[in-house]
Amino acid sequence: MSTFALGTIIALILGSAAVALCLRRLIRSVLLFVISWAGIAAFYLWAGAEFLAFAQVLVYIGAVSMVTLFAVLLTRRHDQPDLVIEPPARSRAAAGVTIGACVAAVLIPAILATEFPAASATAPTFSVRQLGLDLMEQHGVVLLVVGLILTVALLGAVVLAASKEDAS
Amino acid sequence: MSPAVWFGEVGASLLAMDWTPAIASKLAPTVFPTGQTESAFAERLPLLLRDAVTGSLPEPWRWLANSLIAIVAIIVIFASLFALLTLAERKILGRVQNRPGPNRTGWGGILQPLADGIKMLTKEDIVPAAADRLLHFLAPVVLLALSIVTFAVIPYGRHLVPVELDAAVLYFFAAGAATELAIFMAGWASRNKYSLLAAMRALAQLISYELPLLLAFVPVVMLAGSLATTGIVAAQGGWLGGVLPHWHVLTPPGFAGFVIFMIAALAESNRSPFDLPEAESELIAGHLTEYSGFKYALFFMAEYLGMCALSGMAVTLFLGGWHAPLAALEFIPSYVWFAVKLLALLLGFIWIRATFPRLRIDQLTRLAWKFLVPLALINLLTGGFWVLTTHWTGGMLVVRWAIALVLVVGPFLALGRQFQARYAPRTYRYA
Repeated sequence: MSTFALGTIIALILGSAAVALCLRRLIRSVLLFVISWAGIAAFYLWAGAEFLAFAQVLVYIGAVSMVTLFAVLLTRRHDQPDLVIEPPARSRAAAGVTIGACVAAVLIPAILATEFPAASATAPTFSVRQLGLDLMEQHGVVLLVVGLILTVALLGAVVLAASKEDAS
Repeated sequence: MSPAVWFGEVGASLLAMDWTPAIASKLAPTVFPTGQTESAFAERLPLLLRDAVTGSLPEPWRWLANSLIAIVAIIVIFASLFALLTLAERKILGRVQNRPGPNRTGWGGILQPLADGIKMLTKEDIVPAAADRLLHFLAPVVLLALSIVTFAVIPYGRHLVPVELDAAVLYFFAAGAATELAIFMAGWASRNKYSLLAAMRALAQLISYELPLLLAFVPVVMLAGSLATTGIVAAQGGWLGGVLPHWHVLTPPGFAGFVIFMIAALAESNRSPFDLPEAESELIAGHLTEYSGFKYALFFMAEYLGMCALSGMAVTLFLGGWHAPLAALEFIPSYVWFAVKLLALLLGFIWIRATFPRLRIDQLTRLAWKFLVPLALINLLTGGFWVLTTHWTGGMLVVRWAIALVLVVGPFLALGRQFQARYAPRTYRYA
């Protein structure tokens, strides 16, 4: 039963992502990605990580989807309603495969190197205090780095938006 | 149909969550001080009624029946509250504006919601020829479903919590955040430039006010040390000398949080004075332009249910949930207290609608980003101070209150001054 649920969730995540890549209407793709993110939240729920699942919904479905929609709607040229896909070229395919291989080269060793501890018999007690302490002490550096990256991204977005306004 | 699949997923995972122990523990006789047995009986009356129906069923079926009864009860109660609320709103607005309000249907207009419902059901459902039919249909459905889902974690009474989750508050606001997507779907699927523009503007408003809404309840979570709604309500139990309840709204960070929360809740549920997304004079009613008949009604049902859910959450977080305001009044069942507080907040919403003029879009976003967000961030600091000083006693208690009050009132005055300096006082030459 639980394996079946996992299978359904995985099919939902991968299926909606795959369909989203094939669609020509960008807004529909974004909405399908939202379903994919919801599937990831469902996976977290399946794995028993309630907090993470709800945070996933809050951040991805509540915020990231909005950012994506705004980006799609505000940056697109007005005279072409649908995305025009250029004819395939060998150089583009090569670039795509190279970038994909680079990402995989980073991710796959990381996944293989991860050790999954055996699940403890008793469910860990959930406490906001413990969560906060873990985030701030054990993973404090990671948190800072993530915050820095997000700030840089935000500044970049502001610069882009401001320069566009000057041009017009 | 994929969003429907997603709902299936979420619903299935919710059902899969083990809430039988929670229910079973509630069936055990509760310990009350002597002389309060009547209260205990009235307290458990809904559960006793439910068990009278489902008690004879074998275990897995009984659990399923109990869940179904909880779902049906929530939907029926809040749908009828929605109907009554539309009538109350029109009557009260009429009273404020010195006119009778609906008074022809039934006795003094009491059947007006029924008449409106029949009218909405029998109206023609028009879908624009160029619309994205699937999304146009899905948008109101998704919106309403997400509004109803939020009711699952609110504790309605001492023994009346439909689903107990460890991260219940997060669940509530996650479901609330997803409603923004439905509004965008409605605006985009209509293939109408006004709808799309208004949907974008509605998104800007909802995202802006999401931030103070979320930041406002964090001090409460810090005070209670729990993200579970039951834990937050339990932290507010007890009275000081039997008179002063330990509600979060009566602490400085809790009070500031409550005010910010209610302002943001007004904006999140598209209520006046923040009703730009759906006001008739703003971009021809925005994302509702291309909706008619029952789909149009569903949008308003979702709005009112969202308002009820946010008020219920405000009661839970700040106003002591189902706790009685006085120790002497504890004999009244807890769910009655919850209902009284909920109705009081809802009447407050209506009162505000009757009183305040609508904001302009730039005023609206400025209020969120330049006033409410900084205040909410400072309030986090106040909350932290309040939590760290819980052990202070005696004379230090005065110091604690003084510092906390300065932390709450000082930024409010300073920001308010700065906020007003450029725009007020105004002279209205033709008003």
